[in-house]
Amino acid sequence: MSNINFLKPDRTNLNTFLYLGSFLFFISILDVFLNSFFRLNLTGFLPNFLSFLLPLILGFVGLYFIRIEYSGIKNLDLLNKHINTNNFNAVLSLLIIFIIIKSLPPILSWFVIDASFAGDTKDVCTGSGACWTYIKVWMRRFMYGMYPNAEQWRINLSFVALVLLGSVGYFATDKFKKYLTLYYVVIYPLIAFLFIFFFISGGPVFFDFSYGIIAAILSIIIGFFIPSKFKFYYFLIVPLALYVILKYFLFFEEYIELGKLDGLNWVETGAWGGLSLTFIISFFCLIFCFPIGMAFALGRRSEFPLIRYISVGFIEFWRGVPLITVLFMSAVMFPMFLPEDFFIDKLVRAIIAISLFEAAYVAEVIRGGLQALPRGQYEAAKSLGMGYWKMHIFVILPQALKLVIPGIANTFLALVKDTPLIFVVGLLEIVGMLNLAKTNPKWLGFAMEGYVFAAIIFWIICYAMSKYSYNLEQKYKTDR
Amino acid sequence: MNFKLKDIVPQLITVLAVVLVFGFFTYNAQINMENRGIDFGYGFLSQESSFDVQFSLIEYDGSHSYFRAYLVGLLNTILVSVIGIIIATILGVIVGIARLSPNYLINKFAAFYVEFFRNIPLLLQIFFWYFAALRALPLPQDAEAMFGVFFLTIKGLYVPAFIWQNFNIFFYSIIAAVIAIIVIRAHAKKVQENQGKQIPVFLISIGLIFILPLLSFLIGGVRLSFEVPVLKQLATTSFIYEGGVSLPPELIALTLSLSLYTATFIAECVRAGIQGVGKGQKEAAASIGLTPNQVLKLVIMPQALRIIIPPTTNQYLNLTKNSSLAAAIAYPDLVLVFAGTALMQTGKAIEIVSITMFTYLTLSISISILMNWYNKKIAIQEK
Repeated sequence: MSNINFLKPDRTNLNTFLYLGSFLFFISILDVFLNSFFRLNLTGFLPNFLSFLLPLILGFVGLYFIRIEYSGIKNLDLLNKHINTNNFNAVLSLLIIFIIIKSLPPILSWFVIDASFAGDTKDVCTGSGACWTYIKVWMRRFMYGMYPNAEQWRINLSFVALVLLGSVGYFATDKFKKYLTLYYVVIYPLIAFLFIFFFISGGPVFFDFSYGIIAAILSIIIGFFIPSKFKFYYFLIVPLALYVILKYFLFFEEYIELGKLDGLNWVETGAWGGLSLTFIISFFCLIFCFPIGMAFALGRRSEFPLIRYISVGFIEFWRGVPLITVLFMSAVMFPMFLPEDFFIDKLVRAIIAISLFEAAYVAEVIRGGLQALPRGQYEAAKSLGMGYWKMHIFVILPQALKLVIPGIANTFLALVKDTPLIFVVGLLEIVGMLNLAKTNPKWLGFAMEGYVFAAIIFWIICYAMSKYSYNLEQKYKTDR
Repeated sequence: MNFKLKDIVPQLITVLAVVLVFGFFTYNAQINMENRGIDFGYGFLSQESSFDVQFSLIEYDGSHSYFRAYLVGLLNTILVSVIGIIIATILGVIVGIARLSPNYLINKFAAFYVEFFRNIPLLLQIFFWYFAALRALPLPQDAEAMFGVFFLTIKGLYVPAFIWQNFNIFFYSIIAAVIAIIVIRAHAKKVQENQGKQIPVFLISIGLIFILPLLSFLIGGVRLSFEVPVLKQLATTSFIYEGGVSLPPELIALTLSLSLYTATFIAECVRAGIQGVGKGQKEAAASIGLTPNQVLKLVIMPQALRIIIPPTTNQYLNLTKNSSLAAAIAYPDLVLVFAGTALMQTGKAIEIVSITMFTYLTLSISISILMNWYNKKIAIQEK
């Protein structure tokens, strides 16, 4: 047995160092563990300052001893490689282990052990832990807002139906795959729109905007069958004409009344709220901001200077102002800009404001994708005799959109995270409902539980979305 | 002819549509304002505001004008943004580097931090800190002092105030130190290029920035004393700290949540930037005999910064815009003071909202111009 130099651990005395180091390391962890879980202080006999630092010193010395390169023991090498590369890293690793051990007991006791789950009054919440009873009692309000309890099946049914209709793409056979884009861009949003305006609100189907929407959709569908020679003039004239015909000749006021379904009660949008409102707003803004953003992205790269300047102005304006001022604008300034008898629901106003705001961000993301495409793609498409629209629809956009999937997903994530801001216009989604519930005199003092609950829900939604977008990105990755 | 028409018609239609929409809005606005008896104009800015603001950096009370109230709000917004940007940058750079650490625990800890804070809406975080976390702090009379001088209570953070004598001399000494450092750096660079000698610029700089201000204390007659906050009883159960500087809980909650949230994005930018520098660069630099510090300073950082700066600028802009969420917890920023209270009092919706939006636009555009200039300066000069 050779001399042991404690300042230089080496392979010759491997076992000595290994046992000594592991022992010290183990002691330091045990000390912190007992301290935090059982409130035992092993080193209480030492002066305060030393007793506080002792685990760190012991652990550090222990890790120093077992830091032996190429020891030949697999686990030890892995440990050294991952958490014990040098002194600095060893200290940081120890600190992180200590923090985790220290913070586990209070978190566990607050969340589970001391928390109260049973009952449905405030009286059961006497422990020092969380009061999940509060969440349980207020669950319906957090999910549906002020929507009447008896009518909530309408929201559930609509969401289930929309999810089912949305998943059609997975089951479509190859024969129908080519119509999927049309389905998702035109038909699905329309169905969703009708569901929400017809079923959830129980109101009239035909309101002033729907003429324009119907006219636009009809003309786009017919437009597919128009020879490309006349397409330009067709889109110049037909949508407007269709709108005028629909509004002034076909649908009279009686039809508006007919659109109401007798069995359903009208629930005004002011009563909507909770998590379902978060979904409704995110869904609509997502649908609307994508085409608007795409149009402005194309406009920004247009050859026509006037269109380009207008697009740049639009994009830079919305990107330069905070969403909260945009919502302020939609709440107090927008009504001034409309005719006196013309009333737009505040939910619709909020959706328009958020859509325009997010459209500017989507436009920038898509522009990035358009710019990233090599010039050859444009030139190849043009040399095949494709016009502007054909080139973009069949060659450019499919490739550019693939490139920007992560960017778009980030924008949509930002959109979902921005929805709580609608408290500015007086709509209460889940965070707003929490703030309302917090001030209820019967349930004072449970702010923490509410916010933690909402944070968990949002975290799950956002994390799932970001992981899904990552998968999409991997799936559509094409090597060039 | 047909070809030219196709060029002009789309532009004309777009312009016509924009003009029509704007015209429609202005027309309606005029009619609406006439009906409600509101006149358009910015004259109200000089009127007496007659409302009070809790926290302001400049002297302000109800007798000042609306314009002064606007300034108060603007300064508060800038204060929160600047503090937030500084903390977020420091935190973001640390976390971003930690994400690249070979140490498994540090790496995962940083990843956990990033995934946790960026997937929760900012507004929720602000509410959490303000209504849940900071409300759990002790009352002023029960607060324990941190390091003997800081008091963290439910009514805010109390820190000692600096009381300077001859502050301007101290300030000039710092400026002199900065100028001297710049001159020495330029000289050192010249010496190195001409003679190949290296002057320890870093040590000299550190020495200068400490010694010159110290001299100003010894010779220039600068005096610094601290005013420590003292507990004072207002009524039997009501206590308050007097003296020192008090930071309201709104400001703390807002800066905390803004910087924690934005730091996650900055961390990702930093990580992407450092990863974006090819491994070969590092190896090449090491193989010509540069020390690890030099490799980082001369080879990795200049290239990584080029990738890091544009997205980080965007994050700074986002932070500035997100600071408007202050209105939700009643921190008197621009939106709350001006677009909230002032708008309620005057009813001048169009003027006030447009001023607010214009201010934010100016802030964003000026930051982006500054950063574009910097970006251009450090861009690769291709020959």
